[in-house]
Amino acid sequence: MLYPFPSLLSCPVLSETQLISVTHLFPGAPLPSLPHALSLTDSTDSDLELAMVRHQPEGLEQLQAQTKFTRKELQSLYRGFKNECPSGLVDEETFKLIYSQFFPQGDATTYAHFLFNAFDMDRNGSIRFEDFVIGLSVLLRGSVTEKLRWAFNLYDINKDGYITKEEMLAIMKSIYDMMGRYTFPSVKDDAALEHVEKFFQKMDRNRDGVVTIDEFIETCQTDENIMSSMQLFENVI
Amino acid sequence: MAAGVAAWLPFARAAAIGWMPVANLPMPVAPTNKTKHQDELIILNVSGRRFQTWRNTLDRYPDTLLGSSEKEFFFNEETREYFFDRDPDVFRSILNFYRTGKLHYPRYECISAYDEELAFFGIIPEIISDCCYEEYKDRKRENMERLMDDLEDNKDSKLPNMTFRETMWRAFENPHTSTMALVFYYVTGFFIAISVITNVVETVPCGSMPNQRDIPCGERYTEAFFCMDTACVMIFTVEYLMRLFAAPSRYRFMRSVMSIIDVVAILPYYIGLVMTNNEDVSGAFVTLRVFRVFRIFKFSRHSQGLRILGYTLKSCASELGFLLFSLTMAIIIFATVMFYAEKGSSSSKFTSIPASFWYTIVTMTTLGYGDMVPKTIAGKIFGSICSLSGVLVIALPVPVIVSNFSRIYHQNQRADKRRAQKVQKARLARMRISKSGSSTACLHSKRNGLNQSLELTLPYYKMKLSPQGSLEEDQQMKKATSLLESQHHHLLHCLEKTTNHEFVDERLYEQGYLQTALQNFPSRSPSLSSEEGITGTCCSRRTKKNTQPLSATHTHSHTHNLQELSALHIQCGEQQPLNTSRSSLNLMSDESGSLNCKSSGLVTTAIISIPTPPSNNSRASPDAPPPPNPDAPPLPNPGTDVVKISAL
Repeated sequence: MLYPFPSLLSCPVLSETQLISVTHLFPGAPLPSLPHALSLTDSTDSDLELAMVRHQPEGLEQLQAQTKFTRKELQSLYRGFKNECPSGLVDEETFKLIYSQFFPQGDATTYAHFLFNAFDMDRNGSIRFEDFVIGLSVLLRGSVTEKLRWAFNLYDINKDGYITKEEMLAIMKSIYDMMGRYTFPSVKDDAALEHVEKFFQKMDRNRDGVVTIDEFIETCQTDENIMSSMQLFENVI
Repeated sequence: MAAGVAAWLPFARAAAIGWMPVANLPMPVAPTNKTKHQDELIILNVSGRRFQTWRNTLDRYPDTLLGSSEKEFFFNEETREYFFDRDPDVFRSILNFYRTGKLHYPRYECISAYDEELAFFGIIPEIISDCCYEEYKDRKRENMERLMDDLEDNKDSKLPNMTFRETMWRAFENPHTSTMALVFYYVTGFFIAISVITNVVETVPCGSMPNQRDIPCGERYTEAFFCMDTACVMIFTVEYLMRLFAAPSRYRFMRSVMSIIDVVAILPYYIGLVMTNNEDVSGAFVTLRVFRVFRIFKFSRHSQGLRILGYTLKSCASELGFLLFSLTMAIIIFATVMFYAEKGSSSSKFTSIPASFWYTIVTMTTLGYGDMVPKTIAGKIFGSICSLSGVLVIALPVPVIVSNFSRIYHQNQRADKRRAQKVQKARLARMRISKSGSSTACLHSKRNGLNQSLELTLPYYKMKLSPQGSLEEDQQMKKATSLLESQHHHLLHCLEKTTNHEFVDERLYEQGYLQTALQNFPSRSPSLSSEEGITGTCCSRRTKKNTQPLSATHTHSHTHNLQELSALHIQCGEQQPLNTSRSSLNLMSDESGSLNCKSSGLVTTAIISIPTPPSNNSRASPDAPPPPNPDAPPLPNPGTDVVKISAL
């Protein structure tokens, strides 16, 4: 049975192996839909269009415990999430599509890729509602340190605890890509590199070429602009 | 912005925290939601059927009735619901539009009723989604054609100030408008019939003298037939001249098919009068009389069916051409084969290949006269193959022609073959509109200075408006940017601050690029400075608004003047802003200011004859690369930039 496709996006079709791994991830959640989805898949014929797999999030109480959102906020968030993705999962392509809608002038796909990895904490290639809401909770209701930690996690592409110049350059390039061609003044080729140099000059205290989480948090805490801008999105929800 | 994306805006804004540590500049203040309340259900009572939805759902489209404060007019205090005295069935599709972002057209609905409902609720029909748009457009066109037909039928009412000529023309075209026209119509018809019958009877052998063989009536009663002929030709000539006189465009009338038929019908008579009864040309004279048969085509004015047949044949020209071509091919092939097959047999009628053509045609059309028959066995075999294939080849295109005729007959020549191209063009235009809508909305609000860092929280933005701002403009501006839009713009503004670059409209980018490249020519600056005065005065109001963001974002102090100047030119050079985005009601203030700037903006661009980006503006031809100016290093080298742009 194929779910009706929502306006923007086509929700992901998981292969059977992914199906099984998804089952393992949320042991506590009721899974009435998965058995019927499994019965429709045919592992012998990979060309058959697999049935949509559905994911139901954990209960409201558990989510309330894990995040700092109120019940009503969680309800409203889930309604928006479910409206866009009836199957309950967002894969990377869909995510890129959604995020690109906000930046029509540039190319937001690279940055969306990094963002996706930052949200997809268990690295299974799709964002569930729990990942979504936990990430949002940190961003909107977390302390400044937690937000800074999240940002560090975003910049640290390979999650090894150090931000290298290459990683930062990739992030910076993706941010500049979002601006597109039609900017004033025009984006020069080395604009991203310059920006990275400035960033490292500011952040890298011991000049060892990498930025650790402590250097990062420390430097940010001393910067007025950054601290004030962290509070900017308090009232988003 | 699409409805679905609105749900993800909080996420996108939250994710913007990722840019904060990287940015070097302070971020703009976020727009606050003054009227923040928990999302509540509102009840919409449409003629007794209650629909319920979240208030946020309706707020997604702020320039429709339901999304704006206009719905407050319909609020019923006692029952605490919004009451609309409209059709609940159509309302279902309208409400689904808010929910899903796609507007569908239900097929069972009447097109005009649906249009009325859309107009009432402030939704433009162009946003009907692709799945239903074709159907909608088809029904709409049908409806319009039906209305046009009704209008045409009512055209018989006499217009008050018609000249004699126009009256005559109308009488000729529509015989049933007046009695005179009807009489004329029947008289000409009668005479056409008489003329045709005369031509036919002329050749019938009628009565013979005992001593002579049968002679045709034409030669026996020469004077009678001549008188008849003369009378008919008189009538036809008079009719033709009258039509020529009454025609609104004589040249077009003379080129039309009917008039050519008229001319061909009467010309032989006159030629015959002119020519003497010379033996040499009598042969040609006889041939000319053949053309008298064209008089029968004059009947097509009297018969709609005949006209349709002619039109069908014209429109099926390609099928007819194919039929002819395939037949010719087959004829040649079979004639050759038959000729060589019958070559051996004695006293064969197949003397040459062209002689075999006759046999092939007669066989393929299954006529089979029998005047030429093959005698050899090979000939007979090929002959049978020929007749079988003839049936097939002729049978194939004929149904196409028949169905064409039937279609045209039923539609009465209303089929529009160009429909597909227009729809495709319109569809591409719609997609472009929706894609550019969000970016242009942001840029428009930027131009109006709504993203000033400190004044966003003021509810009425009074301080930022130019001196021409009046109260209603305030309200228009406030209405134009809903909370969703302002949040989206704030997000884009944060990105600008992070990267220290500003978003610019595509055309402005190219014009701005041209202007800044222009600064590299010291020789051209006198002409530029002479324009400054004009641009300065007319755009003085604009510069007040825009120097602030410029000064905030410029990083090179020694090019500040140049940039400001180029910004001036940018502002003056802007064309009429796109009116395509639906939430761009703030454009009203733009239009009054830009009228003065338009001419001067165009003048400045006309001076330029430097290498232009080859993308979409066809301006002056590229010159040699500009001389490098050591005083302006931060400005991009136009040469490389041209390459960059054209490479994309």
